Amino acid sequence: MTGPEAARPDGQSPGDQEGAMTRERRLAEVFVALADTLVEEFDVVEFLQSLTDRAVELVDIDAAGLLLDDQRGVLKLVAHTDESMRLLELFELQTDGGPCLDCFATGSMLANVDLAEARERWPVFTEAALGLGYGIVHAVPMRLRRQVIGALTLFAVDRSPLSDDQLGVAQALADIATIGLLHQRAVRDQVVLAEHLQTALHSRILIEQAKGVLAARAGVDVATAFTLMRSHSRRRGAPLTSVAEAVVAGALGPGELQPVDGAG
Amino acid sequence: MASIRVTEILAAVRAGSPDGSAMAGGLVHACARSLPVSGVGLALRTAKGPAGSVVATDGGTLAAGVAAVFAFPRRVGAIHVGVLDLYRDAPGVLEAAELTEALSYADAATLLLLDLQTRADGEAMPLDALAVSDDRAEVHRATGMLSVRAGIGPAEALSLLHARAFAEQRSIRDLAHDVVRGTVDPTDEGDDP
Repeated sequence: MTGPEAARPDGQSPGDQEGAMTRERRLAEVFVALADTLVEEFDVVEFLQSLTDRAVELVDIDAAGLLLDDQRGVLKLVAHTDESMRLLELFELQTDGGPCLDCFATGSMLANVDLAEARERWPVFTEAALGLGYGIVHAVPMRLRRQVIGALTLFAVDRSPLSDDQLGVAQALADIATIGLLHQRAVRDQVVLAEHLQTALHSRILIEQAKGVLAARAGVDVATAFTLMRSHSRRRGAPLTSVAEAVVAGALGPGELQPVDGAG
Repeated sequence: MASIRVTEILAAVRAGSPDGSAMAGGLVHACARSLPVSGVGLALRTAKGPAGSVVATDGGTLAAGVAAVFAFPRRVGAIHVGVLDLYRDAPGVLEAAELTEALSYADAATLLLLDLQTRADGEAMPLDALAVSDDRAEVHRATGMLSVRAGIGPAEALSLLHARAFAEQRSIRDLAHDVVRGTVDPTDEGDDP
């Protein structure tokens, strides 16, 4: 029930009728904006979150999730669109068998996988994905030289396959996620890579804790709590993880997080 | 957090410390044996700040001084519990397989430190509840919600989830699901309504 509701978080439409030029221009804008976040005061989770939002906006899909290698042989969900618990579980289910895990193992993109034909390959995952109304799934690797550090999974309700151009955009988004995660530093050894990955994973945990704190304090659902934190972060130009830290510490409550003029 | 290797490490450390008092010592010694390092130390952090070294292996082999340090700050999101330090007298990096092993010890250390931190605040969780661990988003949301509803810190909230899940012999994820839906109050000692 919840899958097809996968709303575009910023309420924007990709503007299909306006043709390829609009999409090209929007794509360029997105890449400039993403590159712009790669400066100091860079918030890795907010960055990866925007990236999944932009994937839904720019590629013809309905939901996106990004999983990273925890370096213990398990993939962990670090950013996703749509707060529905069933979709969250679908992303997490993949760690036991699903397109993301296969993509991670092979380092190759899995494109246009029709879920109606995937039951034997990933029984549990496929059943859950079909149950949410999805028809097609794609998984795009995040590669650092010969190593795969994670994967971007994309779900669409409509079964029509993505074009090579659209898949190219998806791969470009996964590449920029990798660049962002490593944040301009030369990753010379595994320990430095580990620091980056561990920071991203723990920032995500912090944000989940903060969603819980704020949802309970404000009496709202988790999705609303997340929206409140993100818009506060944007208004104040404060990193999302700092906002989350303040929320968990009790320094930032529902009162301070409400949009001042209702414009959001 | 709940990888097979972490569970193995915790089980071995638990077996070597029937009353739980020697678990931290067991962990650092096992870690030092398992990896090409000269010594291992574990330091605790509480809500009030760094609380000092918990335990360290004997650094007697460090005649040539410390040439490499690998520090693994331990946290669960907003909950900072301390640090696991590996050091050795020869320079160089950890190889990929060594890093995986070190991270498994670091995860085991997180659970021990979380327990020590909540003990320091007077609330103990059953030692065998340490093995009850899960890293799903819902567990962290439940931690946040529970800390507000029960008026406790996130570390205590997470420990409470561990303890209740263990006591009820259910997965922490199932319990977290009910906490998020508001159908269970883990601070309530009695059975669910």
